[in-house]
Amino acid sequence: MIELLRAVFVAPFADMVGNPTFLVEVLIGGIAAGLMYSLVALGFVLIFKASGVFNFAQGVMVLFAALTLVGLMEKGAPVPVALGLTVIVMIALAFAIERVVLRPLVNQEHIILFMATIGLNFFLEGFGEMAWGANVKKLDVGIPDTSFLVRGVQINRLELTAALTAAALVTVLAVFFQRTKIGRALRAVADDHEAALSVGIPLKTIWVVVWSVAGLVAIVAGVMWGAKSGVQFSLSLIALKALPVLILGGFTSVPGAIVGGLIIGVGEKLGEVYWGPLVGGAIENWFAYVLALAFLLIRPQGLFGEKIIERV
Amino acid sequence: MIYRETGQFKTSYASDQAIFPIVQDRVFVLLVVAAAFVVPPLVASEYWLQAVLIPLLVYALAALGLNLLTGYAGQVSLGTGGFMAVGAYSAFKLSTAFPQVNVILVFLLSGVLAALVGLVFGMPSLRIKGFYLAVATLAAQFFLLWLFNKMPWFVNYSSSGTITAPTRTLFGVTVSGPQATAGARYLVAIGLVTIFALVAKNLVRGRVGRAWMAIRDRDIAAEIIGVRPMRTKLLAFAISSFYCGVAGAELVFLYLGSAETLAFDINLSFLVLFMVIIGGLGSVLGSFLGAAFIVLVPIFLTNVPHLIGLPLPVALQKQIELMVFGALIIFFLIVEPNGLARLWQVSKEKLRLWPFPH
Amino acid sequence: MSRLRAALIGLAALAVALGPLAGPASAQQSIFIPLLVYRTGPYAPSGIPIANGLNDYLNLVNERDGGINGVKLVWEECETQYDTKQGVECYERLKAKNPVVVNPYSTGITYTLIPKAAVDKIVVFSMGYGMTAAADGRWFPWVFSFPTTYWSQASAVIRYMGQQEGGLEKLKGKKIVHIYHNSPYGKEANPTLEELARKYGFELTLLAVDHPGQEQKATWLQVRKINPDWIFLSGWGVMNQVAVKEAAATGVKMDRIVGNWWSANDSDVVPAGEGAKGYKGSTFHAPGTSFKVFQEIEKYVYDKGKGAAKKEEMGAPLYNRGVVNAMFMVEAIRTAMGKYGNKPLTGEQVRWGFENFNLTEQRLEQLGMKGFTHPVKVSCEDHEGNGPLLIQQWDGKKWNVISSWIEPLRDVVRPKIEAAAVEEGKKLNYTMRDCSKEK
Repeated sequence: MIELLRAVFVAPFADMVGNPTFLVEVLIGGIAAGLMYSLVALGFVLIFKASGVFNFAQGVMVLFAALTLVGLMEKGAPVPVALGLTVIVMIALAFAIERVVLRPLVNQEHIILFMATIGLNFFLEGFGEMAWGANVKKLDVGIPDTSFLVRGVQINRLELTAALTAAALVTVLAVFFQRTKIGRALRAVADDHEAALSVGIPLKTIWVVVWSVAGLVAIVAGVMWGAKSGVQFSLSLIALKALPVLILGGFTSVPGAIVGGLIIGVGEKLGEVYWGPLVGGAIENWFAYVLALAFLLIRPQGLFGEKIIERV
Repeated sequence: MIYRETGQFKTSYASDQAIFPIVQDRVFVLLVVAAAFVVPPLVASEYWLQAVLIPLLVYALAALGLNLLTGYAGQVSLGTGGFMAVGAYSAFKLSTAFPQVNVILVFLLSGVLAALVGLVFGMPSLRIKGFYLAVATLAAQFFLLWLFNKMPWFVNYSSSGTITAPTRTLFGVTVSGPQATAGARYLVAIGLVTIFALVAKNLVRGRVGRAWMAIRDRDIAAEIIGVRPMRTKLLAFAISSFYCGVAGAELVFLYLGSAETLAFDINLSFLVLFMVIIGGLGSVLGSFLGAAFIVLVPIFLTNVPHLIGLPLPVALQKQIELMVFGALIIFFLIVEPNGLARLWQVSKEKLRLWPFPH
Repeated sequence: MSRLRAALIGLAALAVALGPLAGPASAQQSIFIPLLVYRTGPYAPSGIPIANGLNDYLNLVNERDGGINGVKLVWEECETQYDTKQGVECYERLKAKNPVVVNPYSTGITYTLIPKAAVDKIVVFSMGYGMTAAADGRWFPWVFSFPTTYWSQASAVIRYMGQQEGGLEKLKGKKIVHIYHNSPYGKEANPTLEELARKYGFELTLLAVDHPGQEQKATWLQVRKINPDWIFLSGWGVMNQVAVKEAAATGVKMDRIVGNWWSANDSDVVPAGEGAKGYKGSTFHAPGTSFKVFQEIEKYVYDKGKGAAKKEEMGAPLYNRGVVNAMFMVEAIRTAMGKYGNKPLTGEQVRWGFENFNLTEQRLEQLGMKGFTHPVKVSCEDHEGNGPLLIQQWDGKKWNVISSWIEPLRDVVRPKIEAAAVEEGKKLNYTMRDCSKEK
């Protein structure tokens, strides 16, 4: 019993203190992983913030964006051209989704819209695979996946790029929402569709804008994750790893996605490396969710989420 | 004209409160249920029984459980796979530890164990609501599967890491294990699901169901009028997990014969949720219709190319199947957002008035 | 809208009523083999080349030889997406066409089909995967896993690592890490590795990677901390690609990593690009197309436009896996025909063919596969054939064989197989056959 207590409460911390460079590496690894999760979580947040829809298909959109980009590059398009074309494809997708899925289901309950995104998920899965094939594809964006040492701590170039991109993206999005006219319109729509309509905000345009931006975020996430593992179906499963980030940060908060990502990433890695071996490892998946759950019990709407005001 | 309700007067409270007050309805349902018991074991091919009907019944039971929790009590849960795994693994352990115990009793006991686990993982619902709760139940899903993967005790230390349904008999007929015929397994499945559906229907018509629906619709107001949220929500989790646990045990004993944890992963949770939403939230019939939709449509789509003589390469076929499946979901949601059960209800209403329009 | 609704309901009802009608009855003068493959879904990158290899070799037999001794082969692909439930559906649907042998290509599907196949009298050929305990043919007469199994592979890989160190005794004190997929498949090698660690004194660390293995930072951080001498990888799907990439990114020496035979395919090393050079893998057949049989496949199948893949894809390890799988099946059926005659055979007869399978060096040469794979002999007790391994290495462009045939440590592995077979057989209420009575 004492052994167990010692192993859980004392040994890991002793380990951390005894090997500080390694601890820094684990922290950096956690931050990098967390920011990669945030990239995916951002897509969810954008769509939920502006239309109240929990987009189950976000993971598949990441995959679809990556597939399109790689497919175009394989057909011989140079990177900027392929990127531009992929952006156009994602915007076209946003138009199509608004027209076919969102417009007929306007004003339905959230769970119905959620289910519609599930249908969209299946559709895009089949369509993406049909159009671009099911084989794994190499994605090379010119950033080498090698590491360099900084005072004994190993840092990976690709992850560094991803982290900086995520930070930049979040800043741009935060500015977009707070300062621009469209950003204000988006926040109005998120609050109340009908009120927004009544002051003249074009709902359809807003939705297309939001889904396009989510599509662009999906491209960035797809590029980063695809460069890490090759572009293939399992990319869509990243969404599951991003969900704890979402619930920790709050469904409606862009900075929450980043903070949540950092907490989940670091927590996950620390848990797996220092406490994992006690129970045989591979605890990352549920550890992240339990961590998020623990935070939720204190703040049921996530750290930065909108407080749920209930009226009787 | 079909529903000639003239002359049908109720002379007692009991007959007025019956589940099917109209005689035609009652006769129809009884006939369908009787046919379901009698016809398939006699007529259906092994393929139909093994690959279509038995999975349909197993999923229907799980969907019923989830419908009670999500449709009636309003707590969205994505941990169905985990609870089904609890039922399956406990049924395996109980059955191998006590081989002389009746297999139905084993199912019920594993349901109770799943209910206890569901109670524990349902506690966050007292504080967390909506989609946040759904994601929190994923913690249950991942943790339970990790637990079953990690502890070799659950698979009786077997080197293969999978659980296999032992051979068990019921009234002298083998109902599980490799020698059990599809017909016998089908009868057990449909027997269980009929009884549980009846129980569920009565639960939701009674005080418990009304408490659940009150919590679902306006939980603060419900608390004010005296519905105790903790008890109600936890009861919902417990009963729902009981159903899912029995369904999980059925999945291993009656459907697949053996399983590893991958069979209960997150895809199963999502699948059962889809069945509930497509079939209709808050409807017992909806669980069955949803399960039928999810099981039959892919099989139909797989076989259509053969039927019309169009040989497509299998990959393309599967991709088209996925696309059509997704499109159908969106289509049905646009046409009837409240699910297939509502479609059925509306057609029944129209039938009652037919040939008059209103 | 209501008319549309009514029409929809009618259509749905009709669809449900029509349902899956049985396909056309199989042609009488042919042998039917169902191919359970996955060309879509999360494991497609691995499943596609296997399916192509199977298709191409079976086509070759039909086109070049007119079938097996004149009896044509008929096969049908069924998409399982590696999912047990879809695999069961495929099996039940294709049972109507009287198949003689089935390749489940998934651990989950194999376990579900093993009890069914014995009752339906169809051979389960789980080549190099599935239930390792079934290698003891006395308990599982209908299941074959030759030419080798996971436990033999683990012992052979340890023997290779020992060879590289200068002898198995030199492994004492060395650090070996097993990175495995957190599933029954991934855990297969662990008991054998633990026993060998006790026997030879090396320090074994087991690191599990949770499904699907898209994110492995924590695992490779731990690897960096341990700084092992050797790494053994038992992965599948995206876990392989990410593992190779992370290894390259963390600066692990790639020639110290050996992947098992499901972790060493082209698709696993392509995403890592240059970084994957030197990565090793194990296999029980050679990669590449330098064997006569591939020229024949080109001539008889691709030149006639019946090729399943593109010509450049031939020679990938998993493509060759499909080819070798098909070859084993064909030769086993041929063996059965030797006893029962040149006609469409039943499952029972094909089972005899599998159990008395004896692939010699001369026969391999006749098939144009000299050096491609090792001769195999199956017996009633030994459905594994206890075959040896080759180690291959990726040089950035292709796989090269860098070792000679490495034997597994039979004295360690066989007793474990026999013990496990007793356990698994009792679970299914089987009784042990007496092989001497069957001669």
